[in-house]
Amino acid sequence: MSYLLTATCAVPAAGAVLTAALPAGSSEARRRASKGVALAVSAATLALTGAVAASLDTGGARYQLTESHTWIRSFGIDFSLGADGIGAVLALLTAVLVPIVMLASWHDADPVRNPDGTFENVRRTQGFFALVLAVEAMVLVSFLATDIFVFYVFFEAMLIPMYFLIGGFGDRAGGPDSAAQRSYAAVKFLLYNLLGGLVMLAAVIGLYVLAQDQGLATFDLPTLTGAIADGKLVIDPTAEKLLFLGFFFAFAVKAPLWPLHTWLPNAMGESTAGTAVLITAVVDKVGTFAMLRFCLGLFPDASRTFGPYILVLSLIGIVYGALLAVGQKDIKRLVAYASISHFGFIIMGIFAFTSQGQSGATLYMVNHGISTAAWMLVAGFLISRRGSRLIADFGGVQKVAPVLAGTFLIGGLATLSLPGLAPFVSEFLVLVGTFAKYPVAGIIATFGIVLAALYALLLYQRTMTGPVKAGVEGMADLRLREVLVVAPLVALTLFLGVYPKPLTDLVNPAVNATLSQIHQTDPAPAHPVAATTGGEHE
Amino acid sequence: MNSLIPLLVAAPLAGAALLLLGGRYLDRLGHWLGTLAAALSFVLGVLLFSDMLGRPTGQRAVHQHLFSWIPVNGFRADVSFQLDQLSVTFVLLITGVGTLIHLYSVGYMAHDERRRRFFGYLNLFLAAMLLLVLADNYLLLYVGWEGVGLASYLLIGFWQHKPSAATAAKKAFIVNRVGDMGLSIAIMLMFTEFGSFAFGPVLGGARQASEGKLTAIALLLLLAACGKSAQVPLQSWLGDAMEGPTPVSALIHAATMVTAGVYLITRSGAIFNLAPDAQTAVVVVGTVTLLFGAIVGCAKDDIKKALAGSTMSQIGYMVLAAGLGPIGYAFAIMHLVTHGFFKAGLFLGAGSVMHGMDDEVNMRHYGGLRKYMPITFVTFGLGYLAIIGFPGLSGFFSKDKIIEAAFAKGGTEGWILGLCALVGAAVTAFYMTRVMLLTFFGEKRWQPSARTGEEPHPHESPATMTLPMILLAFGSVFAGGLFALNSSFLHWLEPVTGHSEGDSPLQPLTVTLLTTVCMLAGVGLAYLMYGRSPVPVTAPVGSPLTRAARRDLLQDDFNHAVLVRPGAGLTASLVYLDSKAVDGLVNGLAATIGGISGRLRRIQTGFARSYALSMFGGALLLAATTLLMRSV
Amino acid sequence: MNPVNYLYLAALLFTIGASGVLIRRNAIVLFMCVELMLNASNLALVTFSRMHGNLDGQVIAFFTMVVAAAEVVVGLAIIVSIFRTRHSASVDDSNLMKL
Repeated sequence: MSYLLTATCAVPAAGAVLTAALPAGSSEARRRASKGVALAVSAATLALTGAVAASLDTGGARYQLTESHTWIRSFGIDFSLGADGIGAVLALLTAVLVPIVMLASWHDADPVRNPDGTFENVRRTQGFFALVLAVEAMVLVSFLATDIFVFYVFFEAMLIPMYFLIGGFGDRAGGPDSAAQRSYAAVKFLLYNLLGGLVMLAAVIGLYVLAQDQGLATFDLPTLTGAIADGKLVIDPTAEKLLFLGFFFAFAVKAPLWPLHTWLPNAMGESTAGTAVLITAVVDKVGTFAMLRFCLGLFPDASRTFGPYILVLSLIGIVYGALLAVGQKDIKRLVAYASISHFGFIIMGIFAFTSQGQSGATLYMVNHGISTAAWMLVAGFLISRRGSRLIADFGGVQKVAPVLAGTFLIGGLATLSLPGLAPFVSEFLVLVGTFAKYPVAGIIATFGIVLAALYALLLYQRTMTGPVKAGVEGMADLRLREVLVVAPLVALTLFLGVYPKPLTDLVNPAVNATLSQIHQTDPAPAHPVAATTGGEHE
Repeated sequence: MNSLIPLLVAAPLAGAALLLLGGRYLDRLGHWLGTLAAALSFVLGVLLFSDMLGRPTGQRAVHQHLFSWIPVNGFRADVSFQLDQLSVTFVLLITGVGTLIHLYSVGYMAHDERRRRFFGYLNLFLAAMLLLVLADNYLLLYVGWEGVGLASYLLIGFWQHKPSAATAAKKAFIVNRVGDMGLSIAIMLMFTEFGSFAFGPVLGGARQASEGKLTAIALLLLLAACGKSAQVPLQSWLGDAMEGPTPVSALIHAATMVTAGVYLITRSGAIFNLAPDAQTAVVVVGTVTLLFGAIVGCAKDDIKKALAGSTMSQIGYMVLAAGLGPIGYAFAIMHLVTHGFFKAGLFLGAGSVMHGMDDEVNMRHYGGLRKYMPITFVTFGLGYLAIIGFPGLSGFFSKDKIIEAAFAKGGTEGWILGLCALVGAAVTAFYMTRVMLLTFFGEKRWQPSARTGEEPHPHESPATMTLPMILLAFGSVFAGGLFALNSSFLHWLEPVTGHSEGDSPLQPLTVTLLTTVCMLAGVGLAYLMYGRSPVPVTAPVGSPLTRAARRDLLQDDFNHAVLVRPGAGLTASLVYLDSKAVDGLVNGLAATIGGISGRLRRIQTGFARSYALSMFGGALLLAATTLLMRSV
Repeated sequence: MNPVNYLYLAALLFTIGASGVLIRRNAIVLFMCVELMLNASNLALVTFSRMHGNLDGQVIAFFTMVVAAAEVVVGLAIIVSIFRTRHSASVDDSNLMKL
């Protein structure tokens, strides 16, 4: 038994404790020390996650690097971890984004200086960075857990640090009532997700009771899915539907799926750009990931029953999110609604039940994470320079800060899925995978690409082009630290757009395994043509 | 030799990367670097072309597989190239005209502080366009397709500080996206039908699919072509796209990118041939656009917008030809190439005129320029003669062939198409003569420039600008004749596009005569209206048709009323609904729970003894219940 | 003697204690009433132990004594400190538990 996965999750957790325990102080040196420690820990986590992804054998078992430590023996709960392609890819995404988010938020959590030169709340900086590391640790456990109870605990526990990140650290660009808005957003985030989580807890217990009745007193996911597939564990159809809905509800809140989305614009709008990226690019991904891993594997029949309905909801989400993004006046809320549209694509890909759809959905999670991070972080740089989030306060930025404008455009182009950039690959896979089974849904979703062009380019046009507006003149271009934040994201967007094969190789086996769990295969083409000329090569 | 194919794309791509990332260090040399990248690509193209000429007809098409792009079970997207007669024709056109326009831009953009970036975008365009024509599958073609859209977006909006330019750029991209939607759905349909979207399997297997499916695919491809090639109903962006620098208009919005739709239809000929209904749609679109563009071109006073109308109209000819099936494919491409020469030349001439006239674009403020800009005058004049189809010049051969093919379609349909094409030829002659007369003849009508407040001092442009114009003028004069000689172009393309003669009700000579007569009539009418009497500096009000044509036949007003305003209303009402209804429901629930708990709170008095009392009460209640249950 | 009589005594003592808690205001008296109730239940536990012939009740009674002792320590300390700050030992004077 290797301890690689435990180490991967434990390093950021220990780092969070360490960062929080460092001596506080108002001096720049003390603050820099805590930031440095946090950054180093996240870099170490990245290295470990990279090792996890690299050591996966794509032809091997479903879950690899598995380990199991007894936790609560009487309920059959083990702290067991295991990586499959989907989980490993998403863990990698998390580990890549956290150091970038830290670097982007370098000064966002500096203590407030009072007029008399003293500092208020000198522990702020450490608090922020420790919370980010805590979130990272919990998200990593969620992606790697193979025990349903362990997953549940960390799925819920990550709400706590997120609550403090949203409520405690704003972007200093809100209006006079920004503190009230922020606490509203934080409470809303917590209540929505807590409600979802409680419903899921009921379902988790229900599942355990059912399994226990049939002699399987365990929360171990591979055991349960295997038993369900073999018919050793039989769940009554009505019960299965209820349990499915219990799990799905929690994930749909977190993802978020229309109409459970309204917490997201508040949370992303009021928090710092870094926190917003954590929410949309990392934490929300746990929701869509869990749909793929838990809902489909545990409840194959219910998944098939509810699939079409969920597809409709996701379709509404795609169009609805995009239309609302077009109508937003606030940059960060616009990005939030764009994300809602993108989450619609992800969920649609999952419930289309084709390998293209699900591989596409997994890639979509990664690519959306990277591209939205780039878009949102540059937006954050922009907002912090101007001290306003309103689109109308900007104009002509490209004249004074061309590099900033250029990266913002790249972020926008990635969001609208320009071919050659990573999101295109995943979006097209989702579309083609959906179209193969549900042509009408595929066609309607394709309208989303026009709307995406509309909101992304409108935002660029209104903020960056035209004559330089008052308040924008003299705006500084990206600093070195900010370039370091954006450059890896842009590079990844380009690289994964041109050569996504490393990711697809990791993801495909896991997706095929998931599809076989729900007894689905890809529809065969109507007139298959043996690839003679174009496909084969000299 | 085949391994050179990826280099065709890589050279300009590397140029673009270098120029866009290189920073200020490259400001002084960047434009030459960009031109060099384009020229390198052209040299490679010529090498590959001569290599291809050396092989027998059957072995001319070659494939080059680079790497596997997106493999997911049955879905295999590869980055691999196909170089055949059709694509090599495009490669030569794109890199040839592209290099000339790079050279021209060195002079034209000399005073622009962002010249390096301009060349970066131009190189990016070349790379994307080459990818488009070299791809061996529809998905990779789609990458190039959107790539040229991006380059077009960046270049139309190059002068971003002008709100009109930024708006035009966004409009072009979004209208194109509507077309792209067609292409992407078409690819999905191909995948579900054939399990592949590479040219070989799809075009080779088209015969097995039902006609309904093929018609659907073909119509979706037509939608894509309409977007990219500015055909009705997605043509509205092209006029606005003239906000970009003139070399861009010449390269992207005249010679190459806008003809991508014609390429797509010709490339997918095997599908269209089996879907007659879709072909009818293509023909209708082409015919409507060729008349639409011509009418718009007659009314515009902005020299670039008049030329844009003409571009639309000429591409209408090509689409019409492509819609005719094997009778017309080769002629569509032939007209595409000759049009590439003369229209690029005309745009460069227009740019040269603007350069000399302090960026004035209104033709009513020109006049008598032939004495001041002799080279521009001669090259523009040759381009003019070519486009109106003056016997012996390029346009004469290619346009004449299309009109002939339209008649050859046969039946009533053939007559209608042929006559429309003839009318189009007459109108073309009219508006082009108008442009020529307003710009180079008549008396001076120069106005003080808005920028400097002085009257312009027109002068001939520098050699970097005139040289490309001269070379393009050569192309405008001789290309058509060369292609028509022994039908060499037709035989060159025949292995790819196929060819059939059709049955024309008219003798070829009759068609030629008719075309020439129409052309002369158009020229004569224009001379009567603009050549004999002085031209007013401000435009007269004009007939309702003229006024409508000035506003692009009310297309924008239509779009605005039918799409933009309802769309804006929809988003605004959805934003309201989201906060009031969806979110309001949740907030209402929260308020209700809050209210209830507010009432319940009153029970908690804070006195320890009242809590004790309730505890005793509760305990008693429990005990009583237990006893009762036991006794029952 | 019939052990049930001890149970009656325990019930009587418990009732006296409970009424005292509800009626009296002085914290010290209240506290003594609580002790009375605890001891009443101790008596009952021991009685049950005797009646059922096992030691469970007696063991629990020991636990109760320990709890009672701890409670005296903490409770008296609280009462004294409240008396020091408020100069009153009436429980109705302090309603800080109210939200």
